[in-house]
Amino acid sequence: MSAHADTPAIPISFKRRAHDAVHDAQLRKNFRGAMDFLMAKRAAQFPDGDELERLRAFGNRVRARALSKLPDLLQRLEANLTRNGVKVHWAETVDEANAIVHQIVAAHEAKQVIKGKSMVSEEMEMNHYLEGHGVDCLESDMGEFIVQLGNEKPSHIIMPAIHLNAGQVASLFHDKLEVDYTEDVDRLIQIGRETLRRKFFEADIGVSGVNFAIAETGSLLLVENEGNGRMSTTVPPVHIAVTGIEKVVENLRDVVPLLSLLTRSATGQPITTYVNVISGPRKADELDGPQEVHLVLLDNGRSQAFADSELRQTLNCIRCGACMNHCPVYTRIGGHAYGTVYPGPIGKIVTPHMLGLEATRDLPSASSLCGACGEVCPVKIPIPAILRRLREENVRPPAAEPHHMRGQGSKYSRRERYTWKAWRTLNTSPRLYRLFGLAATRLSGLIPADIGPWTEHRSAPKPAARTLHELARDHLGED
Amino acid sequence: MNARDRILGKLKQSLAGTTPIADDYDDALLTAPWSYPAEHRVTRLCSLLQAVHGETVLTTAAEWPARVSEALASRGIDELLISPATAHGQQFAGYLALNGLVTRLKAYDRPVEQWKDELFFSTPASLTGTLGGIAATGSLVVWPTPAEPRLMSLVPPLHIALLKASEVVDNLYQIMQTQRWAERLPTNALLISGPSKTADIQQTLAYGAHGPKELIVMVLQDA
Repeated sequence: MSAHADTPAIPISFKRRAHDAVHDAQLRKNFRGAMDFLMAKRAAQFPDGDELERLRAFGNRVRARALSKLPDLLQRLEANLTRNGVKVHWAETVDEANAIVHQIVAAHEAKQVIKGKSMVSEEMEMNHYLEGHGVDCLESDMGEFIVQLGNEKPSHIIMPAIHLNAGQVASLFHDKLEVDYTEDVDRLIQIGRETLRRKFFEADIGVSGVNFAIAETGSLLLVENEGNGRMSTTVPPVHIAVTGIEKVVENLRDVVPLLSLLTRSATGQPITTYVNVISGPRKADELDGPQEVHLVLLDNGRSQAFADSELRQTLNCIRCGACMNHCPVYTRIGGHAYGTVYPGPIGKIVTPHMLGLEATRDLPSASSLCGACGEVCPVKIPIPAILRRLREENVRPPAAEPHHMRGQGSKYSRRERYTWKAWRTLNTSPRLYRLFGLAATRLSGLIPADIGPWTEHRSAPKPAARTLHELARDHLGED
Repeated sequence: MNARDRILGKLKQSLAGTTPIADDYDDALLTAPWSYPAEHRVTRLCSLLQAVHGETVLTTAAEWPARVSEALASRGIDELLISPATAHGQQFAGYLALNGLVTRLKAYDRPVEQWKDELFFSTPASLTGTLGGIAATGSLVVWPTPAEPRLMSLVPPLHIALLKASEVVDNLYQIMQTQRWAERLPTNALLISGPSKTADIQQTLAYGAHGPKELIVMVLQDA
């Protein structure tokens, strides 16, 4: 089984990829259909607007409360998990996290890893890393399995293969799994089931993500529909869960509102088929479940977002994907154009902390600021406001203090600064403004036909013969 | 300093001088919209389960073994994974003996490693108990035990669950509180709301992804 393509994580060429994506008719059709479907499903789950708004406010408070005591909750989580027999590891970077996973894999001389869906493992590029160390890492979520077969990356955080239609999956299965070509989705899923069942059976180690880590009880909660998450966390003798440090909640009861918001916002389901709460490895009298459970807590830039009270709200995210489903930009360019693990609106505000603004400089501007993402976010992350904030961080002088973000000032340009300064002076000084108006109208013939980016898609401006002020004065009969 | 101390140090520094947000938990919001008259709970649970291809059978504490037997026969299944250590396991075995039926009963009585192949590739059906049901979302509460281990409700293609009607509650918050989950969670606790499914190919719903292809819930109306 092949690993993910070795595509660079640096989304620097966003504009080129976005350009290609908007011209890909099939891709546009696949995304349009999928987003319309997901928006309708979500809307049907929230018939009562008042309940939705109150629940969003509640979800926001639960997340904000958890973040307001994050270091304490992480320590409590660690203590309770340890008491339950789970080994907790901490990693500041993805390299450290991969090294931890590799150590566990090596200690068990494991050759095959089976994975439940985990975006943090995508962040780590764990498949690629382990592959490099001779360990086979197979995705078991149907969507992830499909993108892995196609040497691609997920294009959506909830539905990884959303960019493909049934015909494209049929061709992929036919080519890679040597089965008869069929577009029958039931048959395709059964092919996936048969292929993967053998792999669950054989795997030495199971890897999963975590939806909520519960400090009070020392538990890891996972939601899913397929059963691959339960398989990956139950069948292999060792289970490694990887998650971001922000995923912790204080009490077990805190998951009740979040769970309801998550499944209804993500896929428009009142609940997922499985809610799997793991609080420890197999006990002496139990007959199945892993003998060892590990949790890797990953920072990877999250503590940078945490340091600023506005940017901290980024960490409220419960990864439902509703912001991308409702985003007019995401719908038109799809998930791959962003070149990041987390695409869409949430990706634009979380990735700069992971990769630095220098590698993500175009992302905060890849938005029309229409506000849809902020309106649907189940935990009320003010995504548009944070996008504007990141645009500011992008153009602040690189050395200016306080320094909030890695890559601050990546779009800083002295020329742009001076231009805006001049603009401000011009517009706040009446005499200068009048002079400028006269010059612009009387000397309009001197405006060149080509004025940089402005005339790339527009004709050059043609000022009128006289200024509006002059015309108004004439009209009113004043001097 | 290790990664743990550095991460916690940074987080603590960022919070210096701030006060933790108080817990203003709004339990009414999680219960009021999700409360039902007692006589509607089972109906709602059943209709939600059916909406996701779960099968529900209204039966009684005395009659369910016959219904299970019929369900197996209609599918041509002649063996069942069931725990002889449970009351329902014994009741079902008694029913078979009394009626001279030949359904083979299999017990999950040794660690999975010792019979993994058989569990995975030649165990067509299982039967487990539940700790209750949730009307709001159409969910079963399943806490695996040494008698009914975790994989029993996951690996066989047909999972049959017994649910006492009296143990169907309104919502998750309520059952979490009344059963005091926070104090006594087992190593693995599950909510199961239908057979395994996926919509990962072109948003087309397909059942039987990796877990059971079919879920039959036997609702014991007098229990």
